Amino acid sequence: MNDLRQPRLVMEAGSKTYYSRNASKEVLAGIDLTVHASEFLSIVGPSGAGKTTLLRCLSGLMPLSSGRIILDGEVLTEPSPVVSVVFQEYSRSLMPWMTVADNVALPLRGRKVPRASVKARVGEVLESVGLSGTERQHPWQLSGGMQQRVAIARALVTQPEVLFMDEPFASVDAQTRLDLEDLTRRLQQERQMSVVLITHDIDEAIYLSDRVVVLSKEPATVREIIENDLGAVRDQISTRELPAFMERRSHVLGLIREIQHAKAVPAELSTSSS
Amino acid sequence: MSRLGRVLLGSLIPIVVLVIYAFATRSGLDPYYPSMASISSRFSELWLFERVGSDVWPSMRNLAFGYLVAIAVGVPVGLLLGMVVWLHDLLAPLIDFARSVPAIIFIPPLILVLGIGDVSKVLIIALGAGFPLLITTIDGVRKTDRALLDVARAIRLSRRRTIWNIVLPGAAPSIMGGAQTGLQVGFFLLIASEMVGASSGIGYLMMRAQASFDSPTLWAGIVLLSLMGFVLNLLFLAVRNRIIHWHLAMRAVSGSR
Ligand SMILES: Nc1ncnc2c1ncn2[C@@H]1O[C@H](COP(=O)(O)OP(=O)(O)O)[C@@H](O)[C@H]1O
Ligand SMILES: [Mg+2]
Repeated sequence: MNDLRQPRLVMEAGSKTYYSRNASKEVLAGIDLTVHASEFLSIVGPSGAGKTTLLRCLSGLMPLSSGRIILDGEVLTEPSPVVSVVFQEYSRSLMPWMTVADNVALPLRGRKVPRASVKARVGEVLESVGLSGTERQHPWQLSGGMQQRVAIARALVTQPEVLFMDEPFASVDAQTRLDLEDLTRRLQQERQMSVVLITHDIDEAIYLSDRVVVLSKEPATVREIIENDLGAVRDQISTRELPAFMERRSHVLGLIREIQHAKAVPAELSTSSS
Repeated sequence: MSRLGRVLLGSLIPIVVLVIYAFATRSGLDPYYPSMASISSRFSELWLFERVGSDVWPSMRNLAFGYLVAIAVGVPVGLLLGMVVWLHDLLAPLIDFARSVPAIIFIPPLILVLGIGDVSKVLIIALGAGFPLLITTIDGVRKTDRALLDVARAIRLSRRRTIWNIVLPGAAPSIMGGAQTGLQVGFFLLIASEMVGASSGIGYLMMRAQASFDSPTLWAGIVLLSLMGFVLNLLFLAVRNRIIHWHLAMRAVSGSR
Protein backbone atom coordinates (compact mmCIF):
# COMPACT_ATOMS: atom_id res chain seq x y z
CA MET A 1 0.00 0.00 0.00
CA ASN A 2 2.95 2.30 0.56
CA ASP A 3 3.65 2.25 -3.18
CA LEU A 4 0.36 3.98 -3.95
CA ARG A 5 1.25 6.98 -1.87
CA GLN A 6 2.69 9.90 -3.69
CA PRO A 7 5.36 11.96 -1.95
CA ARG A 8 4.56 15.64 -1.85
CA LEU A 9 7.09 17.17 0.52
CA VAL A 10 10.37 15.49 1.41
CA MET A 11 13.04 16.45 3.90
CA GLU A 12 16.39 14.80 3.20
CA ALA A 13 18.95 14.64 6.00
CA GLY A 14 17.66 17.90 7.45
CA SER A 15 19.84 19.37 10.20
CA LYS A 16 19.57 22.68 11.97
CA THR A 17 21.96 24.29 14.39
CA TYR A 18 21.24 27.60 16.09
CA TYR A 19 24.24 29.80 16.65
CA SER A 20 24.38 32.50 19.24
CA ARG A 21 27.29 34.71 20.32
CA ASN A 22 29.33 32.03 22.05
CA ALA A 23 27.27 28.87 21.84
CA SER A 24 25.71 26.66 19.26
CA LYS A 25 22.82 24.28 19.69
CA GLU A 26 22.09 21.46 17.32
CA VAL A 27 18.31 21.10 17.29
CA LEU A 28 17.63 18.88 14.27
CA ALA A 29 20.03 16.09 13.29
CA GLY A 30 19.70 14.33 9.98
CA ILE A 31 15.95 14.13 9.71
CA ASP A 32 14.47 12.20 6.81
CA LEU A 33 10.76 12.73 6.43
CA THR A 34 8.22 12.37 3.65
CA VAL A 35 4.79 13.98 3.61
CA HIS A 36 2.52 12.13 1.20
CA ALA A 37 -0.23 13.69 -0.87
CA SER A 38 -3.50 14.01 1.07
CA GLU A 39 -2.26 12.36 4.23
CA PHE A 40 -2.74 13.48 7.80
CA LEU A 41 0.65 13.36 9.44
CA SER A 42 1.32 14.20 13.07
CA ILE A 43 4.67 14.98 14.58
CA VAL A 44 4.93 14.38 18.32
CA GLY A 45 7.81 14.93 20.66
CA PRO A 46 8.46 16.33 24.10
CA SER A 47 8.41 20.07 24.54
CA GLY A 48 11.67 21.67 23.46
CA ALA A 49 12.37 18.76 21.12
CA GLY A 50 12.55 21.02 18.07
CA LYS A 51 9.06 20.60 16.62
CA THR A 52 8.59 24.28 15.85
CA THR A 53 12.08 24.42 14.37
CA LEU A 54 11.22 21.46 12.15
CA LEU A 55 8.02 23.14 10.99
CA ARG A 56 9.75 26.43 10.22
CA CYS A 57 12.32 24.59 8.12
CA LEU A 58 9.77 22.38 6.36
CA SER A 59 7.65 25.38 5.43
CA GLY A 60 10.57 27.34 4.03
CA LEU A 61 10.44 30.03 6.72
CA MET A 62 13.95 29.20 7.91
CA PRO A 63 16.88 27.61 6.04
CA LEU A 64 18.31 24.28 7.12
CA SER A 65 21.94 24.14 8.22
CA SER A 66 22.38 21.13 5.99
CA GLY A 67 20.16 18.80 4.00
CA ARG A 68 17.34 19.88 1.76
CA ILE A 69 13.60 20.03 1.33
CA ILE A 70 11.87 19.04 -1.87
CA LEU A 71 8.33 20.09 -2.66
CA ASP A 72 6.73 18.43 -5.67
CA GLY A 73 10.14 17.59 -7.12
CA GLU A 74 11.72 21.02 -6.60
CA VAL A 75 14.07 22.21 -3.89
CA LEU A 76 12.23 24.52 -1.50
CA THR A 77 14.05 27.66 -0.40
CA GLU A 78 11.23 29.99 0.55
CA PRO A 79 7.56 29.71 1.56
CA SER A 80 5.55 28.19 -1.25
CA PRO A 81 2.16 29.39 -2.48
CA VAL A 82 0.72 25.88 -2.16
CA VAL A 83 1.70 25.59 1.51
CA SER A 84 -0.07 27.29 4.44
CA VAL A 85 0.87 27.56 8.10
CA VAL A 86 -1.26 27.89 11.22
CA PHE A 87 1.08 29.25 13.87
CA GLN A 88 1.39 28.22 17.49
CA GLU A 89 0.18 31.46 19.05
CA TYR A 90 -3.02 32.15 17.19
CA SER A 91 -3.90 35.30 19.08
CA ARG A 92 -0.59 36.87 18.11
CA SER A 93 -0.83 35.73 14.52
CA LEU A 94 -3.97 37.70 13.64
CA MET A 95 -3.86 41.41 12.83
CA PRO A 96 -5.93 43.20 15.48
CA TRP A 97 -6.44 46.22 13.21
CA MET A 98 -8.16 44.15 10.56
CA THR A 99 -11.63 42.68 10.56
CA VAL A 100 -12.01 38.92 10.38
CA ALA A 101 -12.77 39.18 6.65
CA ASP A 102 -9.66 41.30 6.00
CA ASN A 103 -7.47 38.94 8.02
CA VAL A 104 -8.71 35.96 6.06
CA ALA A 105 -8.39 37.80 2.73
CA LEU A 106 -4.82 38.93 3.40
CA PRO A 107 -3.07 35.95 1.72
CA LEU A 108 -5.03 36.69 -1.47
CA ARG A 109 -3.76 40.26 -1.70
CA GLY A 110 -1.18 40.46 -4.41
CA ARG A 111 -2.26 37.13 -5.88
CA LYS A 112 -4.26 38.81 -8.62
CA VAL A 113 -7.54 37.40 -7.39
CA PRO A 114 -10.43 39.65 -8.50
CA ARG A 115 -12.15 41.55 -5.72
CA ALA A 116 -15.49 39.80 -6.15
CA SER A 117 -13.98 36.35 -5.93
CA VAL A 118 -11.90 37.35 -2.87
CA LYS A 119 -15.15 38.12 -1.14
CA ALA A 120 -16.72 34.86 -2.28
CA ARG A 121 -13.73 32.80 -1.19
CA VAL A 122 -13.53 34.49 2.20
CA GLY A 123 -17.23 33.82 2.71
CA GLU A 124 -16.78 30.21 1.68
CA VAL A 125 -13.85 29.42 4.02
CA LEU A 126 -15.47 31.24 6.91
CA GLU A 127 -18.53 29.11 6.40
CA SER A 128 -16.44 25.93 6.27
CA VAL A 129 -14.91 26.72 9.67
CA GLY A 130 -18.28 27.70 11.11
CA LEU A 131 -17.68 31.44 11.34
CA SER A 132 -20.26 32.85 8.94
CA GLY A 133 -21.45 36.24 10.07
CA THR A 134 -18.25 37.27 11.85
CA GLU A 135 -16.80 39.01 8.77
CA ARG A 136 -16.96 42.50 10.17
CA GLN A 137 -15.83 41.73 13.70
CA HIS A 138 -12.28 42.10 14.92
CA PRO A 139 -10.30 39.07 16.17
CA TRP A 140 -10.12 40.38 19.73
CA GLN A 141 -13.90 40.40 19.90
CA LEU A 142 -13.91 36.61 19.46
CA SER A 143 -13.22 33.74 21.86
CA GLY A 144 -9.92 31.84 21.67
CA GLY A 145 -11.48 28.97 19.78
CA MET A 146 -13.05 31.31 17.26
CA GLN A 147 -9.74 33.13 16.79
CA GLN A 148 -8.13 29.80 16.01
CA ARG A 149 -10.85 29.16 13.44
CA VAL A 150 -10.04 32.51 11.84
CA ALA A 151 -6.38 31.47 11.63
CA ILE A 152 -7.42 28.18 10.03
CA ALA A 153 -9.69 30.00 7.57
CA ARG A 154 -6.83 32.30 6.62
CA ALA A 155 -4.62 29.28 5.97
CA LEU A 156 -7.30 27.62 3.84
CA VAL A 157 -8.24 30.60 1.70
CA THR A 158 -5.35 29.98 -0.70
CA GLN A 159 -6.52 26.38 -1.18
CA PRO A 160 -3.22 24.88 -0.02
CA GLU A 161 -2.02 21.41 -0.88
CA VAL A 162 -0.04 21.18 2.35
CA LEU A 163 -1.21 22.67 5.66
CA PHE A 164 1.15 22.94 8.62
CA MET A 165 -0.26 23.43 12.09
CA ASP A 166 1.94 24.08 15.11
CA GLU A 167 0.23 22.95 18.31
CA PRO A 168 -2.92 24.65 17.11
CA PHE A 169 -5.21 23.51 19.91
CA ALA A 170 -2.84 23.83 22.84
CA SER A 171 -4.49 26.85 24.42
CA VAL A 172 -8.21 26.32 23.98
CA ASP A 173 -10.60 24.62 26.37
CA ALA A 174 -11.25 20.88 26.15
CA GLN A 175 -14.56 20.92 24.32
CA THR A 176 -13.34 23.49 21.79
CA ARG A 177 -10.30 21.34 21.29
CA LEU A 178 -12.38 18.32 20.31
CA ASP A 179 -14.47 20.46 17.94
CA LEU A 180 -11.37 21.90 16.29
CA GLU A 181 -9.81 18.45 15.94
CA ASP A 182 -12.88 17.17 14.12
CA LEU A 183 -13.04 20.32 12.02
CA THR A 184 -9.43 19.84 10.96
CA ARG A 185 -9.88 16.18 10.06
CA ARG A 186 -13.06 17.00 8.11
CA LEU A 187 -11.37 19.78 6.15
CA GLN A 188 -8.40 17.55 5.38
CA GLN A 189 -10.71 14.87 4.02
CA GLU A 190 -12.91 17.28 2.05
CA ARG A 191 -10.05 19.16 0.47
CA GLN A 192 -7.76 16.17 0.09
CA MET A 193 -4.81 18.22 1.34
CA SER A 194 -1.81 17.01 3.29
CA VAL A 195 -1.93 18.14 6.90
CA VAL A 196 1.18 18.17 9.06
CA LEU A 197 0.07 18.60 12.67
CA ILE A 198 2.62 19.32 15.34
CA THR A 199 1.47 18.45 18.81
CA HIS A 200 2.69 17.24 22.14
CA ASP A 201 -0.64 15.52 22.74
CA ILE A 202 -0.27 11.85 21.85
CA ASP A 203 -4.00 11.07 21.93
CA GLU A 204 -4.67 13.91 19.54
CA ALA A 205 -1.96 12.71 17.17
CA ILE A 206 -3.29 9.14 17.08
CA TYR A 207 -6.91 10.21 16.87
CA LEU A 208 -6.34 12.44 13.85
CA SER A 209 -3.47 10.99 11.85
CA ASP A 210 -2.74 8.50 9.14
CA ARG A 211 0.86 8.38 10.34
CA VAL A 212 2.56 9.58 13.50
CA VAL A 213 6.20 10.65 13.59
CA VAL A 214 7.85 10.44 17.00
CA LEU A 215 10.81 12.75 17.51
CA SER A 216 13.56 12.21 20.02
CA LYS A 217 15.20 15.24 21.49
CA GLU A 218 18.51 17.05 21.88
CA PRO A 219 19.02 16.86 19.00
CA ALA A 220 15.78 15.80 17.36
CA THR A 221 15.89 12.76 15.14
CA VAL A 222 13.07 10.60 13.84
CA ARG A 223 12.65 7.97 16.50
CA GLU A 224 9.85 6.04 14.85
CA ILE A 225 7.10 6.45 12.28
CA ILE A 226 3.86 4.72 13.16
CA GLU A 227 1.33 3.69 10.54
CA ASN A 228 -2.01 4.53 12.03
CA ASP A 229 -4.78 3.14 9.86
CA LEU A 230 -7.87 3.78 11.92
CA GLY A 231 -10.13 4.37 8.92
CA ALA A 232 -11.05 7.54 7.06
CA VAL A 233 -13.85 8.55 9.41
CA ARG A 234 -12.90 9.20 13.02
CA ASP A 235 -15.20 9.61 15.96
CA GLN A 236 -14.26 11.16 19.28
CA ILE A 237 -15.84 8.31 21.24
CA SER A 238 -15.65 5.13 19.17
CA THR A 239 -12.24 5.74 17.58
CA ARG A 240 -10.68 6.34 20.97
CA GLU A 241 -12.12 3.02 22.15
CA LEU A 242 -10.59 0.96 19.34
CA PRO A 243 -8.02 -1.58 20.55
CA ALA A 244 -5.63 -0.34 17.85
CA PHE A 245 -5.97 3.20 19.19
CA MET A 246 -5.12 2.17 22.74
CA GLU A 247 -2.31 -0.08 21.65
CA ARG A 248 -0.63 2.71 19.68
CA ARG A 249 -1.24 5.16 22.43
CA SER A 250 0.64 2.96 24.91
CA HIS A 251 3.36 2.36 22.36
CA VAL A 252 3.94 6.07 21.69
CA LEU A 253 3.71 6.93 25.38
CA GLY A 254 6.39 4.33 26.02
CA LEU A 255 8.60 5.82 23.32
CA ILE A 256 8.25 9.32 24.71
CA ARG A 257 9.01 8.11 28.20
CA GLU A 258 12.12 6.42 26.92
CA ILE A 259 13.21 9.58 25.11
CA GLN A 260 12.77 11.66 28.22
CA HIS A 261 14.56 9.16 30.44
CA ALA A 262 17.44 8.71 28.03
CA LYS A 263 18.40 12.28 28.87
CA ALA A 264 17.89 12.06 32.62
CA VAL A 265 19.68 8.80 33.24
CA PRO A 266 23.39 8.08 32.61
CA ALA A 267 24.10 6.18 29.38
CA GLU A 268 25.01 2.78 30.93
CA LEU A 269 21.82 2.64 32.93
CA SER A 270 19.48 3.67 30.17
CA THR A 271 20.61 0.87 27.85
CA SER A 272 19.68 -1.77 30.39
CA SER A 273 16.20 -0.38 30.86
CA SER A 274 15.33 -0.20 27.14
CA MET B 1 -20.58 58.55 35.76
CA SER B 2 -22.52 59.84 32.77
CA ARG B 3 -20.78 61.90 30.10
CA LEU B 4 -22.69 65.04 31.04
CA GLY B 5 -21.87 64.46 34.71
CA ARG B 6 -18.18 64.17 33.94
CA VAL B 7 -18.18 67.32 31.81
CA LEU B 8 -19.93 69.24 34.60
CA LEU B 9 -17.59 67.96 37.29
CA GLY B 10 -14.53 68.68 35.13
CA SER B 11 -15.68 72.26 34.53
CA LEU B 12 -16.09 72.95 38.23
CA ILE B 13 -12.56 74.15 39.01
CA PRO B 14 -12.17 76.37 35.90
CA ILE B 15 -15.49 78.02 36.69
CA VAL B 16 -14.52 78.61 40.32
CA VAL B 17 -11.19 80.12 39.22
CA LEU B 18 -12.95 82.41 36.74
CA VAL B 19 -15.46 83.53 39.37
CA ILE B 20 -12.68 84.27 41.87
CA TYR B 21 -10.75 86.20 39.23
CA ALA B 22 -13.82 88.17 38.21
CA PHE B 23 -14.62 88.98 41.83
CA ALA B 24 -11.04 89.97 42.73
CA THR B 25 -10.64 92.25 39.72
CA ARG B 26 -14.10 93.80 39.68
CA SER B 27 -12.75 97.27 40.56
CA GLY B 28 -10.62 97.23 37.40
CA LEU B 29 -7.90 99.32 39.03
CA ASP B 30 -5.03 96.85 39.11
CA PRO B 31 -2.81 97.53 36.07
CA TYR B 32 -1.53 93.92 35.97
CA TYR B 33 -4.83 92.10 36.47
CA PRO B 34 -7.46 93.83 34.37
CA SER B 35 -11.14 93.15 34.92
CA MET B 36 -12.96 90.41 33.05
CA ALA B 37 -14.95 93.02 31.19
CA SER B 38 -11.89 94.77 29.82
CA ILE B 39 -10.25 91.49 28.85
CA SER B 40 -13.32 90.28 27.03
CA SER B 41 -13.93 93.56 25.26
CA ARG B 42 -10.28 93.59 24.14
CA PHE B 43 -10.66 89.98 23.12
CA SER B 44 -13.60 90.75 20.87
CA GLU B 45 -11.93 93.86 19.47
CA LEU B 46 -8.82 91.97 18.48
CA TRP B 47 -9.89 88.43 17.80
CA LEU B 48 -13.52 88.72 16.66
CA PHE B 49 -12.36 88.98 13.94
CA GLU B 50 -10.29 91.99 13.04
CA ARG B 51 -6.83 90.48 13.47
CA VAL B 52 -7.70 86.92 12.56
CA GLY B 53 -6.74 87.42 8.93
CA SER B 54 -3.50 89.25 9.71
CA ASP B 55 -2.25 87.52 12.90
CA VAL B 56 -4.05 84.22 13.49
CA TRP B 57 -4.56 82.69 10.09
CA PRO B 58 -0.91 83.07 8.90
CA SER B 59 0.31 81.55 12.16
CA MET B 60 -2.05 78.61 11.83
CA ARG B 61 -0.93 78.11 8.26
CA ASN B 62 2.69 77.99 9.40
CA LEU B 63 1.79 75.49 12.09
CA ALA B 64 -0.11 73.32 9.61
CA PHE B 65 2.73 73.38 7.07
CA GLY B 66 5.39 72.72 9.66
CA TYR B 67 3.38 69.88 11.15
CA LEU B 68 2.73 68.31 7.77
CA VAL B 69 6.43 68.49 6.92
CA ALA B 70 7.17 66.85 10.27
CA ILE B 71 4.81 63.98 9.47
CA ALA B 72 5.94 63.68 5.85
CA VAL B 73 9.59 63.43 6.92
CA GLY B 74 9.41 61.94 10.42
CA VAL B 75 7.24 58.92 9.63
CA PRO B 76 9.00 57.67 6.46
CA VAL B 77 12.47 58.28 7.92
CA GLY B 78 11.38 56.58 11.16
CA LEU B 79 10.08 53.65 9.15
CA LEU B 80 13.40 53.35 7.35
CA LEU B 81 15.46 53.57 10.53
CA GLY B 82 13.10 51.17 12.27
CA MET B 83 13.56 48.54 9.60
CA VAL B 84 17.19 48.92 8.50
CA VAL B 85 19.27 47.91 11.46
CA TRP B 86 22.64 49.29 10.33
CA LEU B 87 21.11 52.68 9.48
CA HIS B 88 19.56 52.73 12.94
CA ASP B 89 22.86 51.85 14.59
CA LEU B 90 24.59 54.51 12.51
CA LEU B 91 22.18 57.30 13.45
CA ALA B 92 20.85 56.29 16.88
CA PRO B 93 23.57 58.11 18.89
CA LEU B 94 22.99 61.25 16.87
CA ILE B 95 19.24 61.05 17.36
CA ASP B 96 19.67 60.40 21.07
CA PHE B 97 21.84 63.48 21.30
CA ALA B 98 19.52 65.66 19.24
CA ARG B 99 16.37 64.61 21.09
CA SER B 100 17.74 65.95 24.36
CA VAL B 101 18.48 69.36 22.83
CA PRO B 102 15.46 71.65 23.25
CA ALA B 103 14.32 72.69 19.76
CA ILE B 104 13.76 76.24 20.98
CA ILE B 105 17.51 76.93 20.84
CA PHE B 106 17.35 76.67 17.06
CA ILE B 107 15.04 79.69 16.83
CA PRO B 108 17.78 82.37 16.99
CA PRO B 109 20.13 80.75 14.44
CA LEU B 110 17.29 79.90 12.05
CA ILE B 111 15.94 83.44 12.22
CA LEU B 112 19.46 84.73 11.70
CA VAL B 113 19.91 82.65 8.57
CA LEU B 114 16.41 82.65 7.12
CA GLY B 115 14.98 85.92 8.45
CA ILE B 116 11.78 86.51 10.41
CA GLY B 117 9.47 85.31 7.64
CA ASP B 118 7.32 82.22 7.32
CA VAL B 119 10.10 79.94 6.12
CA SER B 120 12.04 80.01 9.37
CA LYS B 121 8.83 79.41 11.36
CA VAL B 122 7.72 76.46 9.27
CA LEU B 123 11.19 74.99 9.55
CA ILE B 124 11.47 75.37 13.30
CA ILE B 125 8.01 73.85 13.80
CA ALA B 126 8.86 70.95 11.48
CA LEU B 127 12.08 70.35 13.36
CA GLY B 128 10.49 70.41 16.80
CA ALA B 129 7.43 68.35 15.85
CA GLY B 130 9.44 66.00 13.68
CA PHE B 131 11.57 64.60 16.47
CA PRO B 132 8.87 63.02 18.61
CA LEU B 133 7.32 61.63 15.42
CA LEU B 134 10.64 60.21 14.27
CA ILE B 135 11.42 58.62 17.61
CA THR B 136 8.01 57.08 18.20
CA THR B 137 7.90 55.78 14.62
CA ILE B 138 11.30 54.09 15.01
CA ASP B 139 10.16 52.66 18.31
CA GLY B 140 6.82 51.40 17.01
CA VAL B 141 8.37 49.85 13.90
CA ARG B 142 11.11 48.10 15.84
CA LYS B 143 8.51 46.61 18.18
CA THR B 144 6.61 44.98 15.30
CA ASP B 145 5.51 41.56 16.51
CA ARG B 146 7.80 38.93 15.00
CA ALA B 147 4.87 36.54 14.86
CA LEU B 148 3.13 38.87 12.42
CA LEU B 149 6.24 39.16 10.26
CA ASP B 150 6.35 35.35 10.14
CA VAL B 151 2.76 35.36 8.95
CA ALA B 152 3.66 37.92 6.28
CA ARG B 153 6.46 35.71 5.02
CA ALA B 154 4.40 32.55 5.15
CA ILE B 155 1.64 34.11 3.04
CA ARG B 156 4.23 35.63 0.70
CA LEU B 157 3.09 39.19 1.27
CA SER B 158 5.16 41.67 -0.74
CA ARG B 159 7.46 44.07 1.08
CA ARG B 160 5.24 47.01 0.23
CA ARG B 161 2.13 45.28 1.56
CA THR B 162 3.97 44.08 4.64
CA ILE B 163 4.84 47.67 5.47
CA TRP B 164 1.42 48.99 4.62
CA ASN B 165 -0.72 46.23 6.14
CA ILE B 166 1.40 45.10 9.08
CA VAL B 167 4.30 47.35 10.09
CA LEU B 168 2.58 50.73 9.89
CA PRO B 169 -0.74 49.75 11.50
CA GLY B 170 1.15 47.99 14.27
CA ALA B 171 3.27 51.07 14.88
CA ALA B 172 0.30 53.44 14.60
CA PRO B 173 -0.53 53.64 18.34
CA SER B 174 3.07 54.55 19.08
CA ILE B 175 3.23 57.04 16.18
CA MET B 176 0.03 58.69 17.42
CA GLY B 177 1.71 59.34 20.75
CA GLY B 178 4.53 61.13 18.91
CA ALA B 179 2.05 62.99 16.74
CA GLN B 180 0.29 64.37 19.81
CA THR B 181 3.53 65.49 21.45
CA GLY B 182 4.67 66.87 18.09
CA LEU B 183 1.57 68.99 17.76
CA GLN B 184 2.03 70.44 21.24
CA VAL B 185 5.70 71.15 20.58
CA GLY B 186 4.85 72.70 17.21
CA PHE B 187 2.27 75.02 18.74
CA PHE B 188 4.69 76.01 21.47
CA LEU B 189 7.47 76.73 18.96
CA LEU B 190 5.11 78.73 16.76
CA ILE B 191 4.30 81.13 19.59
CA ALA B 192 7.87 81.19 20.87
CA SER B 193 9.26 82.02 17.43
CA GLU B 194 6.72 84.82 17.06
CA MET B 195 7.76 86.24 20.39
CA VAL B 196 11.45 86.20 19.45
CA GLY B 197 11.36 87.39 15.88
CA ALA B 198 8.29 88.32 13.88
CA SER B 199 6.33 91.24 12.52
CA SER B 200 2.91 89.66 13.00
CA GLY B 201 1.22 86.84 14.85
CA ILE B 202 -0.30 86.31 18.27
CA GLY B 203 3.08 85.87 19.97
CA TYR B 204 4.33 89.06 18.40
CA LEU B 205 1.26 91.04 19.50
CA MET B 206 1.65 89.72 23.05
CA MET B 207 5.30 90.76 23.26
CA ARG B 208 4.38 94.20 21.94
CA ALA B 209 1.56 94.48 24.48
CA GLN B 210 3.92 93.49 27.26
CA ALA B 211 6.43 96.16 26.20
CA SER B 212 3.74 98.84 26.29
CA PHE B 213 2.14 97.65 29.56
CA ASP B 214 -1.05 96.80 27.68
CA SER B 215 -2.22 94.08 30.01
CA PRO B 216 -5.76 93.62 28.62
CA THR B 217 -4.23 92.70 25.23
CA LEU B 218 -1.78 90.39 26.95
CA TRP B 219 -4.57 88.60 28.81
CA ALA B 220 -6.77 88.46 25.73
CA GLY B 221 -3.85 86.75 23.96
CA ILE B 222 -3.48 84.25 26.77
CA VAL B 223 -7.18 83.42 26.58
CA LEU B 224 -7.01 83.00 22.81
CA LEU B 225 -3.91 80.79 22.89
CA SER B 226 -5.34 78.58 25.62
CA LEU B 227 -8.55 78.12 23.66
CA MET B 228 -6.60 77.40 20.48
CA GLY B 229 -4.39 74.83 22.17
CA PHE B 230 -7.42 73.17 23.64
CA VAL B 231 -9.32 73.01 20.36
CA LEU B 232 -6.24 71.82 18.50
CA ASN B 233 -5.88 68.90 20.87
CA LEU B 234 -9.57 68.03 20.54
CA LEU B 235 -9.23 68.02 16.76
CA PHE B 236 -6.15 65.84 17.06
CA LEU B 237 -7.93 63.34 19.30
CA ALA B 238 -10.86 63.14 16.89
CA VAL B 239 -8.51 62.27 14.02
CA ARG B 240 -6.43 59.89 16.13
CA ASN B 241 -9.48 58.02 17.38
CA ARG B 242 -10.54 57.41 13.81
CA ILE B 243 -7.13 56.08 12.79
CA ILE B 244 -6.51 53.74 15.71
CA HIS B 245 -10.06 53.04 16.83
CA TRP B 246 -9.20 49.31 16.82
CA HIS B 247 -6.47 49.87 19.38
CA LEU B 248 -8.65 51.88 21.72
CA ALA B 249 -11.53 49.42 21.40
CA MET B 250 -9.22 46.45 21.96
CA ARG B 251 -7.78 48.06 25.07
CA ALA B 252 -11.26 48.73 26.36
CA VAL B 253 -12.18 45.07 25.79
CA SER B 254 -9.10 43.62 27.46
CA GLY B 255 -9.35 46.16 30.27
CA SER B 256 -12.90 45.14 31.12
CA ARG B 257 -11.99 41.45 31.42
N1 LIG C 1 15.87 31.15 17.32
C1 LIG C 1 16.46 30.30 18.21
N2 LIG C 1 17.74 30.48 18.60
C2 LIG C 1 18.33 29.63 19.46
N3 LIG C 1 17.74 28.56 20.00
C3 LIG C 1 16.47 28.31 19.65
C4 LIG C 1 15.76 29.18 18.74
N4 LIG C 1 14.51 28.69 18.58
C5 LIG C 1 14.44 27.58 19.35
N5 LIG C 1 15.60 27.36 20.00
C6 LIG C 1 15.91 26.23 20.88
O1 LIG C 1 15.75 25.06 20.14
C7 LIG C 1 15.10 24.05 20.92
C8 LIG C 1 13.86 23.58 20.19
O2 LIG C 1 12.91 24.61 20.17
P1 LIG C 1 11.51 24.45 19.44
O3 LIG C 1 11.75 24.10 18.01
O4 LIG C 1 10.71 25.67 19.69
O5 LIG C 1 10.89 23.21 20.22
P2 LIG C 1 9.39 22.72 20.40
O6 LIG C 1 8.55 23.43 19.41
O7 LIG C 1 9.45 21.24 20.18
O8 LIG C 1 8.99 23.01 21.81
C9 LIG C 1 14.82 24.67 22.27
O9 LIG C 1 15.81 24.24 23.16
C10 LIG C 1 14.92 26.15 22.03
O10 LIG C 1 15.42 26.78 23.18
MG1 LIG D 1 6.88 24.71 19.60
